[in-house]
Amino acid sequence: MDAVNEIEVRNLNLWYTDNHALRDINLDIKKNKITALIGPSGCGKSTFLRCINRMNDLIDGVRVEGEILLNGNNVYDKNVDVVGLRKKIGQVFQKPNPFPMTIYDNIAYGPRIHGVSSGEIDDLVEESLKAAALWGEVSDRLKIPALELSGGQQQRLCIARALAVKPEVILFDEPCSALDPISTHKIEDLLQELKKQYTIVIVTHNMQQAARVSDYTGFFLLGEMIEYNRTRILFENPQKKETEDYITGRFG
Amino acid sequence: MNNQKKEEIVKHTLFIFSTTASLLLILIIVFLFNEAGRLFTEISILDFLLGTEWNPGKGLYGAFPFMFFSLIVTAGALLIAIPLGVSCAIFLAEIAPSWARDITRPVIELLAGIPSIIYGLFGLVIIVRFVKITLELATGETLLVGSIILAIMILPIIISISQDSIESVPGSFKKGSLAMGATEWQTLRKIIIPAALPGIFAGVILGVGRAIGETMAVVLVLGNSENLPHLVKQLLGEQAAGNVIQIINQIPEIMLKPGEALTSAILLEMGPAEVGGIHYSALFAMGVLLFIITFILSVSSNIILSKSQINLK
Repeated sequence: MDAVNEIEVRNLNLWYTDNHALRDINLDIKKNKITALIGPSGCGKSTFLRCINRMNDLIDGVRVEGEILLNGNNVYDKNVDVVGLRKKIGQVFQKPNPFPMTIYDNIAYGPRIHGVSSGEIDDLVEESLKAAALWGEVSDRLKIPALELSGGQQQRLCIARALAVKPEVILFDEPCSALDPISTHKIEDLLQELKKQYTIVIVTHNMQQAARVSDYTGFFLLGEMIEYNRTRILFENPQKKETEDYITGRFG
Repeated sequence: MNNQKKEEIVKHTLFIFSTTASLLLILIIVFLFNEAGRLFTEISILDFLLGTEWNPGKGLYGAFPFMFFSLIVTAGALLIAIPLGVSCAIFLAEIAPSWARDITRPVIELLAGIPSIIYGLFGLVIIVRFVKITLELATGETLLVGSIILAIMILPIIISISQDSIESVPGSFKKGSLAMGATEWQTLRKIIIPAALPGIFAGVILGVGRAIGETMAVVLVLGNSENLPHLVKQLLGEQAAGNVIQIINQIPEIMLKPGEALTSAILLEMGPAEVGGIHYSALFAMGVLLFIITFILSVSSNIILSKSQINLK
């Protein structure tokens, strides 16, 4: 595998109280590539995603062992600043979750809390909305409540919002599962643009989507990562029987 | 009897009961306004609302002092109860562990259910004495104590409604904010509280309604002197625009004096007043005043609440 590793996962284990939800995950996430995580519901792919930006910290009773190295630094080190980590690793959620404020304020929220001066925010808002392919649709109504946008627009707004804090990695947790096919298509196109600048990890239920958009794919089953490879190889020539069964629709 | 008939009967019975409740409300309004109306055949509404002299013996029915005391005691109560109640609600909704919530919720509900006379007795025995001794006053029965007691009484309303509204802010807002590298405190301040603000505001308004209508606790601790403090009277007489500011400057001093609320006046004077007389009617007019205030408060709190629910959808 040729590209540079942005994130290296080493022997990652996670427990929800007594439930061993992730078992010995090892994985290299390549810089400026799209890595898709697929698998049936409850296989641990979303749980794994939340380990990367430590959003699992919010859940009571979660215990993590092992390492996730972001550019060589373990995000689970005791002295890691979680706030700074989440600034570097943005997340887009399954259901669009714009804040109940204007479009402008939604984008400006991140820069403001990270102390960007108000003079620079106008440009940053425009730049982020353009990068999220939403500028053309909303440039003349930045002051309307974000919740008045359509679901697909809201999701692109959430992407723009994540871009505005200038992350290195963006995690997408089933970003299209609440969207119609046209909005889904727009977001998939957008991902191809975004990977030029960002490293992308996407969890998806939709195998066709994984096959369409990603460069690498990991297949999760019952808390283990069964197989990880270049997307084309994984779909055309799976090495494990479980992977083959899943992608050919025999279970899951 | 077949099922359809049974259902018809149930439907009609329920309809009758539910309309009875609304009819009662209308009846109360009609009765209240009717009894109060007679006053205004004798004196003008302005004399009633702005008159500073209340002396039924001399035919003077200025209700301004009572309104003044009621409002100032309520304002004082809010000053105490809002910061306390809202921070308590934030703590319970966002910070407290779930076992603490399980304990505080029933305790707060219990507090709301205690008869107001008990609060009054507590105020009279403990707070009145405490204020008298610590501030070395001639009497501890003051507006300040009234405000403290009312603050304690409206805390449960403010806490429980604010807590509900903070808890009903979708978790996805919080996650979205934290995932961008906001701290818990930034998330609370910039996302959760603004989103919960209409609900908090509605809780405060309901609290105001409760405070202004409260009678038993207030009558026990206020000292019941309808004399408007001289300072206020003088300032009102001059009619200068700066008066409001001067009155505000005097408030700390006024708070340490006795007073009498609208509700106390009605309670204390209804017995002696001759049924059907002008004095009697004037007391009803005060009741109308209270009714209008609480009516406006409860309607506006409902409007705010329903609007905020639309916004969060």
